[in-house]
Formats: sequence, C-alpha cells, structure tokens
Amino acid sequence: MQGVAGLIQEAAGKLLLDKQVGLVIGFSRGSLPLRSAPCFIRRPDEAEKLVWDRSCENNLANYLRRYRQKVAVVAKGCDSRAIVALLQEKQLERENIYIIGVPCSGMIDRKKVKRLLGGKELLEIEEKREKILLKAKGISKEISSRELLHESCRACRYPNPVLYDQLIGEPVAQWSAGDFNEVLAFEERTAQEKKERLAEELSKCIRCYACRNACPMCYCGECFADCSTPQWVGKGAQAEDNLIFQAVRVFHLAGRCVDCGACERACPMDIHLSLLTRKMVKDVRELYGFEAGVDPEAAPPLAVFSANDAQDFLFEE
Amino acid sequence: MMIKKNELSGYLDKLIQTYQVFAPVERDSDTCLKQIAAGTEAVLDFGNTSIPPKDILFPQSETLFSYTEQDQSIRLEEDVDDGKKLIFAIRPCDARSFMLLDNVFSNDQYQDPYYLTRRANTVLVGLGCNEPCGTCFCDSVGGGPFAEEGLDMLLIDIGEGYVAKVLTDKGKEAALLLGAPGASREERQMASEIQRQAAMDKVNTEGLKAALDSGFYSAVWDLLHEKCIGCAACTYTCPTCHCFDIVDEAVDCNGCRIRNWDACMFPLFTLHGSGHNPRPTNKERFRQRVMHKFKYFADNFGAVACVGCGRCIINCPVNVDIRLVIADILKAGSEVDKK
Repeated sequence: MQGVAGLIQEAAGKLLLDKQVGLVIGFSRGSLPLRSAPCFIRRPDEAEKLVWDRSCENNLANYLRRYRQKVAVVAKGCDSRAIVALLQEKQLERENIYIIGVPCSGMIDRKKVKRLLGGKELLEIEEKREKILLKAKGISKEISSRELLHESCRACRYPNPVLYDQLIGEPVAQWSAGDFNEVLAFEERTAQEKKERLAEELSKCIRCYACRNACPMCYCGECFADCSTPQWVGKGAQAEDNLIFQAVRVFHLAGRCVDCGACERACPMDIHLSLLTRKMVKDVRELYGFEAGVDPEAAPPLAVFSANDAQDFLFEE
Repeated sequence: MMIKKNELSGYLDKLIQTYQVFAPVERDSDTCLKQIAAGTEAVLDFGNTSIPPKDILFPQSETLFSYTEQDQSIRLEEDVDDGKKLIFAIRPCDARSFMLLDNVFSNDQYQDPYYLTRRANTVLVGLGCNEPCGTCFCDSVGGGPFAEEGLDMLLIDIGEGYVAKVLTDKGKEAALLLGAPGASREERQMASEIQRQAAMDKVNTEGLKAALDSGFYSAVWDLLHEKCIGCAACTYTCPTCHCFDIVDEAVDCNGCRIRNWDACMFPLFTLHGSGHNPRPTNKERFRQRVMHKFKYFADNFGAVACVGCGRCIINCPVNVDIRLVIADILKAGSEVDKK
C-alpha cells in the first residue's frame, strides 16, 4: 500500500511542480483509526501528505464542480465513473480535469467494524495480506478483508478507473459480477412487507442530508427537499416524509447513480440506502441496458428519446 | 446510595411508574436514548449514545400549535408537553449541554414554554465516564467525565454496581422512589478513586476566543472549509446546536405551526426573501458554525457552545475534526500575530 501512496505523491508533486494543475485532490491521513480524509494539495512539498489505504472511501468527484481552474483528482473506479457521468451531463470540462487513476481493492466499512467489535471503539488496524487485524480495548479480531468491505465495494464491477490520464500501479482483477441478490430478495416481498422494511430504515433518518451532499451526482442548485415555495415534502424528520425524500432523490438519480455507495457511507444513522439506489441501478440496467458513468460518449438514457425505449412498465394491463 | 447492577432493572421499573424513563438501549451497533417500557431494556455498557438527548427536550420536529377554522373564527390549540420525564444514564457532557441550551430558551428577551416546561419536569440521572472515548474532550471545554453540573444525580460505576450521588431536590425525589441502600464507606472510596483515574487527551483552546475575535476575515477559513460537504451530520448530532426553522403546514385555513431543527451548514439557512444570502458559500457557513460555538455563544452567554462529546468528529462523512479545526485557527492566529 505504501508503494501506491508513494506513486500518488510523486505524480501529484510533478503535476504541481510542472504547473499542469494548481490543485490536487486526494486523501490524507485522517484523525481517527481507519479514517482518511479528502485533502487539497496546492504546493509540491505538501504532496507527501497524500495517502492510499483501505479507508479512502469518499467519492472525490463530488468536489470537482467547485473549481474552474484545472484540477487533478485521485480517482478509484467509482470516482472515475462519477467523473464520466458528470462529463456526460456537461458539468465538467474534460480538459480541466487530470485524473490520477488508482485501482482499488475495496474500502473497509467502519460500521461493520464497529458491529464486529460489539460497539467498542476501534483503536488500531493492521493489514496482513488478505486479513485485517482489528484492535479495540481488551479485544482483537482477525477477519478477511473481503468480508469487511462496504457492500457497495463487494458488489463493485469497476474496481479499476474507467477513465484516467495516468494509472497508478497495476489494475486489479474484478471480483464481483455486481449481483443484485439483495434487491431481488426485496422484490419478492409483498407490498406491505416492503413498506414496513423501508419505514424501519427511514425512521432512523435525521434529515441531515449527508447522503445527498456526499453524492457526486446530487448537484441541484436547490434540492426539492429544501424548496419551500412550494414545499414538496415535509421538512421534519417524520418517517413518511423521510421516505418521500429518499424515494424522490433515488428516482432523480435513475440512470445517473454510479453505484458508488457514498450516500450510505456518509449516513451517520447507518441507513441502508443502497437497497433503494441499487434497485434503481438494476431497473435502469434491465430497461435500458445502461450503466451510468462507464462510457463518456454515451448519452444518459433518461436524457434522450428513442422509439425503442422500454415502456411496458408505464402501463398496467 | 448504592445500586447493584443485578438489581438495576428492578429499580428502573420503579421509576417507570412515575416518570417517562429514557435510557440507553442498543440498536444495531449503536446505543441510543429511548423511552423504555421495562427496566430490562436498558444497557449501560456504552461509550456514548449516537444521538444526543437534546431531542427529548427540544424535538427535531415539534408542533407548537394547531389551528382550525370554526364558524367564522379560528380555534387555536397549543400542545405543551408537561409529562414527568427522567433521563437515565445521561453522560455528563450531555447534561451540560442542557445548561447551555437553557441560555437560549430562557433569557431576558424570551422564555420558551415548550422547552422550559419539559426541562422543569425532567430529572437527569447521569452516568460518569470511567473510560472516555478517544474522541471525547469534555474537560477541555469546561466539563469533565464526572462533572456534576446540570445533573440531579450522578452514578459512578464501581464494577458490581453504581454509587449514586444525589445532587438536587429533583434527584432526591427520584432517590426516594428508588429506595436503594446507602453506599458503604469503601464503595464511596472506590468511586472517588475511579473519578480520579478517568483521563482523556487535552485540546488546547487557550487564545481561541481572541483568535476568533480578530479572525473573521482570516485566510484560514479558505482552507478549513474546503473538505466540508455542507451537510448537517455535525449539527444534528451536536447536543448544543439549537437553530430551528418555523413553518406552517396547512391546507386552507387548517394546519399547524411546526418548529424543525435547522442547520447553519445549509444553503437556505440565511437565504433572504430578496434572494440575497449573507452567507453565500460553504466557507461563510462553516465559519458561522465555528464562530457561533466558540465566539458568539461565549459573547452572549459566557460559555462556549461545545461540550466535547466528540459526536461531530465521529459522524462527519469527510473527517472534519473540530479539535484540529481549533488547532488550525490557533496556529493561523499566532502566525498573524508574528507578522
């Protein structure tokens, strides 16, 4: 892992030194165990702050729309997909983005770690090949790293960047076919069961909008949930309003969600949002044969019309 | 008073007969304060609850009153909750947060009946922190792992049970209901030994107020806010953040006026009707949050609006750590001084 970090530092330092970019967005060591933080490097000598490990979980594409000058960004597979989707939607200029692509082996889910440690605070983490050693006060646990990954990472089909200007290290082998087993099981339930399950999850929501703000594709100038004239959805944290908020957010991401899981990772209440987002990803794949953020030249399916568009779902016989 | 751990649920059952009892319960890997129906639900082995107890006195969404049209007139109905409540095993930091919130809801300009009625009818039974979390820094902001301020009773875990220290008349009332035996001299000694041992890392806040007084236009804000994504994970899990928004939810002439939590990190927070926003970008909003906690609140009420619970640090999706934010502000301040 140190090797990859070193190569990222080298690449970032060179880009800044050569004045190819004025800013590099990557990850630095965070303030807690198993926590890296987005970091913004403007001087070549600061490039040594850049790290790469199993906690670089944020989708850095989220920051790119803020900058007008040329910016370099460290991008995993999912970050690169979000960049592609933003390019498709004309939110970014390709020539203003320098992509430092980094093959990713998946990021570790801190909430899973906490559950494994029985709610105890993680003090230290050690990575040994395919195993992770977790240490908390009075306990240490060794577990396979694959099991500790975020669910979105476990189902990831694109661990390697789909678009880059420079690739760091060697591509990794794809480990998942991106199955939708959980969504399929959910679809089998009765309407009442679905409603109950969603109410259970969404009753935890505190409407902090961390999900929306962590999502690289949620960039509306004014979110419908914030709008007060007219008010589309109740602003209090009532379960039914929370569900409307999430449902509309997810619908708005139809054909745009790159399935990175940033929303679920950001949620302080541990709400299983990918159950909703992945249902939409699956539907778009089935109805339009489309995956968001894979091909920069492709048009988003809900932004174009074709006479052959699937439409049987519009009518109920 | 001494409360044996194996008798705890029985004691809680006694309290439930008189009070709505809120106690820590487990939910997935988290602990949250919830109203319990039986003493057995309470789990006292936790770091701190994921969400602070402020919503018990200051709900995230609260109907202030409802209105209906009736025969050419309007009928108003106000709902002030005056039920007797007891928060069991609240951490000293969270109890301290109510002392700070009192300033906001009770001052010479305004008395808030909704908060104050709940506050007057709520007993706070604290649980001291034998092992503060790595993100805790209460003793750097005026509190402490066994601070008694704001509590009606303090429990100290000495292994087989809790030594209970009654601190106020409200505490005495609850203690009478418990009817637990007195703690022995040995048990009390153990409790004070545990209090002495609890330790946590210090966060240096010396000079912070001065740095903020002169630092509104400091260049440090340009860098500090940069990774912040502008959500409210910090403010909504903060025990002292108290900004709210009042909205009417109505159909024609019938509806209710609702008070919802609001967050200074949101773009709409200070958006004027004219379209002007005095805090137009994330930078100004981030600065506002820090300023409100460590300068404006101190200017207004003589204390910082942070109790060092560390929830904002744990919950921030991008690892904005208020301890490091403070350090960076101090560093920037001293560099300006040198110039």
